[in-house]
Amino acid sequence: MSKKQVMAEILSQTSLADGIYDMTVKAEEIAVQAKAGQFISVYINDKSKILPRPISICGINKEEGTLRIVYRVAGEGTAQLSSCEAGEKIKILGPLGNGFTQKKEKAVLIGGGIGIPPMLELAKQLSCEKTIVLGYRDSRLFLKDEFESYGTVVVSTEDGSAGTKGNVIDAIKEQGVEGSIIYACGPTPMLRGIKAYAEEHEMEAQISMEERMACGIGACLACVCQSKDIDSHSHVHNKRVCKDGPVFDAREVEL
Amino acid sequence: MNLSVNIAGVTMKNPVTTGSGTFGSGQEYNEFVDLSKLGAVTTKGVANVPWPGNPTTRVAEVYGGMLNAIGLQNPGIDVFIERDIPFLKEAGASIIVNVCGKSEKDYVEVVERLSDQPVDLLEINVSCPNVKEGGIAFGQDPKALYEITKAVKAKAAQPIMMKLSPNVTDITEMAKAAVEGGSDALSLINTLTGMKIDIEKRDFVLANKTGGMSGPAIKPVAVRMVYQAANAVDVPIIGMGGIATAQDALEFLMAGATAVSVGTANFMNPTATMDVIHGIEDYMRRHKIEDINELIGCVK
Repeated sequence: MSKKQVMAEILSQTSLADGIYDMTVKAEEIAVQAKAGQFISVYINDKSKILPRPISICGINKEEGTLRIVYRVAGEGTAQLSSCEAGEKIKILGPLGNGFTQKKEKAVLIGGGIGIPPMLELAKQLSCEKTIVLGYRDSRLFLKDEFESYGTVVVSTEDGSAGTKGNVIDAIKEQGVEGSIIYACGPTPMLRGIKAYAEEHEMEAQISMEERMACGIGACLACVCQSKDIDSHSHVHNKRVCKDGPVFDAREVEL
Repeated sequence: MNLSVNIAGVTMKNPVTTGSGTFGSGQEYNEFVDLSKLGAVTTKGVANVPWPGNPTTRVAEVYGGMLNAIGLQNPGIDVFIERDIPFLKEAGASIIVNVCGKSEKDYVEVVERLSDQPVDLLEINVSCPNVKEGGIAFGQDPKALYEITKAVKAKAAQPIMMKLSPNVTDITEMAKAAVEGGSDALSLINTLTGMKIDIEKRDFVLANKTGGMSGPAIKPVAVRMVYQAANAVDVPIIGMGGIATAQDALEFLMAGATAVSVGTANFMNPTATMDVIHGIEDYMRRHKIEDINELIGCVK
């Protein structure tokens, strides 16, 4: 496997909800290698913005050689990306990171906010019995319909406008979600809650983390997270989110 | 066509190396770049013991550049000698090791440990703005710089190259102090101290509050300082600061640098180093230049 830097043609871009965009690009060399839970670096067509934006892969179509990303506009760079149209080309680098390790046990997939998109490809690929827990801010339930083709979907919303009022852990408890292994992506407070929940229930939890990155390939040491033990690469209590992750066993990281 | 240059007795097959801290020890870039094709690989700073670095957030983008406050996280000299040097030798790379420390004793310890290692050149980092002790403290006072240079030079088996900070009033004063202390070459510039504030959170973006600015936006400052230093001292200079293209690299060579480092540009494009080398070759062909050394310091 090797990472590729390619000029990828945008095949489509639509808005799924306020500030949430859904883009599909043609990137055969990356798509054929990509795994659920990996990400790509997306470069902005603006020389004043020098760093790539790390964006998780939401969908992989190996036959057509395409990748789908669903991302939130978080600043000027992603705002510029959201104004790109089909036919334009963007530079991308990938696939990056490790991705989820897929197991056969009854699974609970958890996505919170902009951590929801990478769970879609995993939901598609995991053939075992599974429940999908999605945490949203409000009733704009982007991607929910698509998840329903792959398993039972349980929803939480911060404002209570759909599903359980509260967070994903509240939904798991209220709606009696059960499983043997958790796969999750979302904001750090959510992952912290999942780590505690998994420990309490003696479950394995694979959590996908986020941190500000520069190189995206493990060289610059910008995006570290704290590891429980001394890491074999860094020889300190730091792991690289971009290279050693973004998916970690919840037991090996401190949140 | 000759691209090779000489830095303090060390022959580089071409004048392009990597900016310390942007390229690790080469492992991560190995799948994009043939490391043996570079003039040298300059490694991330290594200290006598492992350093954990700063809390996150460690990087922020700014207009035409970035800020970093990694805090010189490194695995320490033992691991570096066991793992990184053999990797680089196996890859066929020439090696410039960036050495960091908190005290004179730390620097000397690392340099002594490297004395029997197949390392070509030692770059002494006295200019990191992101660590509390050591680092830049040695690089902003000519007397302190002279003393540390002398202490390191006394124990070094390989030629040494003090890496200068741009965060000084007069770069020539620092260049002269390092050369008087025995520095065989100089590298400059390290990053410019900067700050970014998140106005929504009303807080600093970086956990360290300040960070070192790098990237294309700092290039004119770097070219000016390389020019000034090259005209103040007689040792070879590795110039750096915002180099992303061959045109950028050629500016530094013409200003008086014997070689250049490509740093932050590796984040913009993992093959940036090779693109710069090929671009320099194209320029030489186009201008019928037989020897890259003809260009060094050609702008007076």
